Amino acid sequence: MSTLTGPTRESAGAGAHTCDGVGDDARRPDGAQKVAGRFAFSSDLWADGMVWGATVRSPHPRARLVSVDPSEALRLPGVHCVLTHEDVPGKKTFGLEVADQPVLAVGEVRYQGEAVALVAADSPETARRAVAAVRVEYQPLVAVVDPMEAMLPTAEKVHPSGNIVRHFKLRRGDPFGEAPVVVSGEYEVGMQDQAFLGPESGLAVPADDGGVDLQVATQWLHADRRQVAAALGLPEAKVRLALAGVGGAFGAREDVSLQIHLCLLALRTGRPVKMVYSREESFFGHVHRHPARLRYVHGAARDGRLVFVKAEMVFDGGAYMSSTRAVIGNAGTLSVGPYVVPNVSVDAYGLYTNNPPCGAMRGFGAVQACFAYEAQMDRLAEELGMHPVELRSLNAMSQGSLMPTGQVVDSPAPVADLLRRVAQAPLPPPGPTVADVATEGLLPGGMANTTHGEGVVRGTGYAVGFKNVGFSEGYDDYTTVRVVLAAGPDGPVATVHSAGCELGQGLVTVQAQIARSELGVREVVVETADTRVGSAGSSSASRQTYMTAGALREACGQLRAEMLARAAARLGVPEADLSWAHGEVLGPGGDVLGLPELLEPGPLERTVEWRHRPTQEVDPETGQGDAHVQYSFAAHRAVVDVDTELGLVKVVQIDTAQDVGKAINPGAVLGQIHGGTTQGLGLALMEEIQVEAGRVKNPSFTDYLIPTILDVPPMRVQVLELADPHAPYGLRGVGEAPTISSTPAIVAAVRAATGRRLPRVPLRPQDIVGLGEAAGGTDGADGAAGTGGRAGGAHDLTGGVPEPRGPGSGEGGAVP
Amino acid sequence: MQLRLEVNGVPYETDDVWEGESLLYVLRERLGLWGSKNACEQGECGSCSVLLDGELVCSCLVAAGQAQGRHVVTVEGLGRDGRMSAVQEAFLEAGAVQCGFCTPGLVVATEDLLRHNPAPSDVEIREALAGNLCRCTGYEKVLDAVRAAAGTSR
Ligand code: FES
Ligand code: FES
Repeated sequence: MSTLTGPTRESAGAGAHTCDGVGDDARRPDGAQKVAGRFAFSSDLWADGMVWGATVRSPHPRARLVSVDPSEALRLPGVHCVLTHEDVPGKKTFGLEVADQPVLAVGEVRYQGEAVALVAADSPETARRAVAAVRVEYQPLVAVVDPMEAMLPTAEKVHPSGNIVRHFKLRRGDPFGEAPVVVSGEYEVGMQDQAFLGPESGLAVPADDGGVDLQVATQWLHADRRQVAAALGLPEAKVRLALAGVGGAFGAREDVSLQIHLCLLALRTGRPVKMVYSREESFFGHVHRHPARLRYVHGAARDGRLVFVKAEMVFDGGAYMSSTRAVIGNAGTLSVGPYVVPNVSVDAYGLYTNNPPCGAMRGFGAVQACFAYEAQMDRLAEELGMHPVELRSLNAMSQGSLMPTGQVVDSPAPVADLLRRVAQAPLPPPGPTVADVATEGLLPGGMANTTHGEGVVRGTGYAVGFKNVGFSEGYDDYTTVRVVLAAGPDGPVATVHSAGCELGQGLVTVQAQIARSELGVREVVVETADTRVGSAGSSSASRQTYMTAGALREACGQLRAEMLARAAARLGVPEADLSWAHGEVLGPGGDVLGLPELLEPGPLERTVEWRHRPTQEVDPETGQGDAHVQYSFAAHRAVVDVDTELGLVKVVQIDTAQDVGKAINPGAVLGQIHGGTTQGLGLALMEEIQVEAGRVKNPSFTDYLIPTILDVPPMRVQVLELADPHAPYGLRGVGEAPTISSTPAIVAAVRAATGRRLPRVPLRPQDIVGLGEAAGGTDGADGAAGTGGRAGGAHDLTGGVPEPRGPGSGEGGAVP
Repeated sequence: MQLRLEVNGVPYETDDVWEGESLLYVLRERLGLWGSKNACEQGECGSCSVLLDGELVCSCLVAAGQAQGRHVVTVEGLGRDGRMSAVQEAFLEAGAVQCGFCTPGLVVATEDLLRHNPAPSDVEIREALAGNLCRCTGYEKVLDAVRAAAGTSR
């Protein structure tokens, strides 16, 4: 049961309502193919004479690469070639921000799974055998795997530039603020995987002009093309990319994985080459969410108003940079949450280590910070004897508030309202009872029937979070859209062409909706995204609907102006006397000209490159600056049942409230909120890539668990539409916000049920029952709360290992 | 080896099938029926679900030889006369499809559920679909779709 409430503040610019236009629950244009199994995903591609590519990967997290001997592999029948770094004709490295990752390893491997060599063979099985037959000699080196040690000046360097990729500093007000009530805590977020279902895959076909055509599942065609062309040593015009069907992305397809490899193999063999990663290889083939350690100190007045926040955050970026710099910028600028805090001192570090590379994942730096600051808000509420929602609402930012970066929040920021909405939503009936189990849900442990209800305790938790929408910190962020309006056999047809990547989120649907509303046409063709048109930027950062809407609305507006000019010429009246209404031009004397007449002289076409308003780089010493375009806010309330004896959790119900500015497609908005909330549930309760000494222990869906339909409770959603006056249609990016606050809300509920601090996600049964390291170590080290104090101590995180305390010693005293 | 089987009512014969091949591989790479998906090839995700002689199986876990002489129904075989099945229509209508990679498996598993239990409770739906991972939707609209297909929409 999902509800959509709230006022719609702005309607489509073109006036009258269009069926399946902006604001409607239009169906996906690709949906019928998808339910019928006829939609071609990137793993479904095929070409005559095609061969299969496969990758030789390092088993070591760090080693000197002594030699690669392909001779045995090349002797296998059906093997076409084996390539190493010597076969990379152009730039030997690639990367989203900085090209620091070898296309194929040179000299040294820096993480387990790094690509060392490529093979092409007649069948997937032969390719697999060939990979096993490539003899690679490594000389293992001591790997840098502890992020705290990696920060020390004495640490071995993963790259010559040193191990600190970025140190973001945020300073506002008095960094040595004092407050009567102080709580501190240390938190940890494990490494989450995007775990999209459609594996990395694509098909590269060599072209007659010496270039290559690549069909691939990606989030950003033009960034891929730039990196592929550089590695091939070809002009970009000779590298043509088209989007193949994408089976989910969530950030993991923003970086290059197999794009360059496919093209290298195609150009070498002169044949079409297909690659499909197995699930295991996929875990090594893309970046993950940065694991992080965060130490926070919050100070408040006795009435609950925040006085200061000090924080230190350490994000392990792994072996290569990917988007670590931007992740740190987000973590730092969003570090105190959607609250007004006068005094802030935050240091956020992104590091190189020999762990798996980390980069973009839904929530991008905001997730880790929110887990920590929301835990802190709960501790503060406890110290003050306030309700967690009351404390949050008291400190909530609103329109006109200042970010700790000094940026004014200049559009609606309904933080308190979102909290109120989830807090006032109906609670599930008290439980659990055996009757519930039969009808509505299951006890912790689910179908394993590990309990009949004894030892099961219910808890409720709240969290609110926010995320910047679009690329920040001065990035020149733009999207290109081409629109053609032409007469067709059954009426006018609008064709929309962009390189914006449909990942499942519904970009193709909203493109058609916007064109319908703006041009008053029924029939819209959305062309396959490819590089024949300019860059659309990345389908990430909750930005693509925002950006594409901006560009598409602008292009359609220009087409309407052109049609008014045509009408004016035809009717012999000034343009000022004409108006546009729903696919028709209305003249002064009751004249009406429809699209068919207006298109008689020929089709109209416009290409628009559209930018959101500019942002600024922040000051390197203080983090001050107008870094962000827009924020997206969501709040969650979670109700959980916890088996306190076995440490198992069943989420009973989740309520979400989110402001989306304007729901272009309300059904798709709900889908984003459900899916995002569920990924946050995964991080709270089960999802972690376990890395030991730089090695991944669980690269499979058997051992890396994502939520199933049994793990997910009924989700109720309240959607607000408070228009952002700076955004097209007033819309806010939707995709990420729901992932951010769902994790801390669920953990808060488990804390409420168990009384434990639970400073680390994902929660493990041993943490919940108070066994294992968490009880004596991490849990006890979870800082101290107390009354009266300075904001010192935040540097413990990097200044040394915090002293372990016994269970409960971090509880602090009650407020006198 | 030589493999004969019937898929969606059409007889197929294919040569040189290697012993280690899965039914999923045969469907996708030898018969060109790529509707069944390959998200894990370990029996964990259900994206490869098909009906083998009417029984719901993960085709990635079925050795090609085990399908010898048997009848397979894949997602491509569910509609009739070029029309979607009621389950397919319900998934589309409910918005239960985002990227759609899980969809063929979910649709096949739902067909199987409703064949055995035409009016499942929510718990029964959850139990029946517990082997089908979806990373995009959070399952809320999947439940809506199954309820709608069962005619038990609330
Ligand atoms: S591919 Fe068969 S269960 Fe995942
Ligand atoms: S719709 Fe993408 S995995 Fe289900």
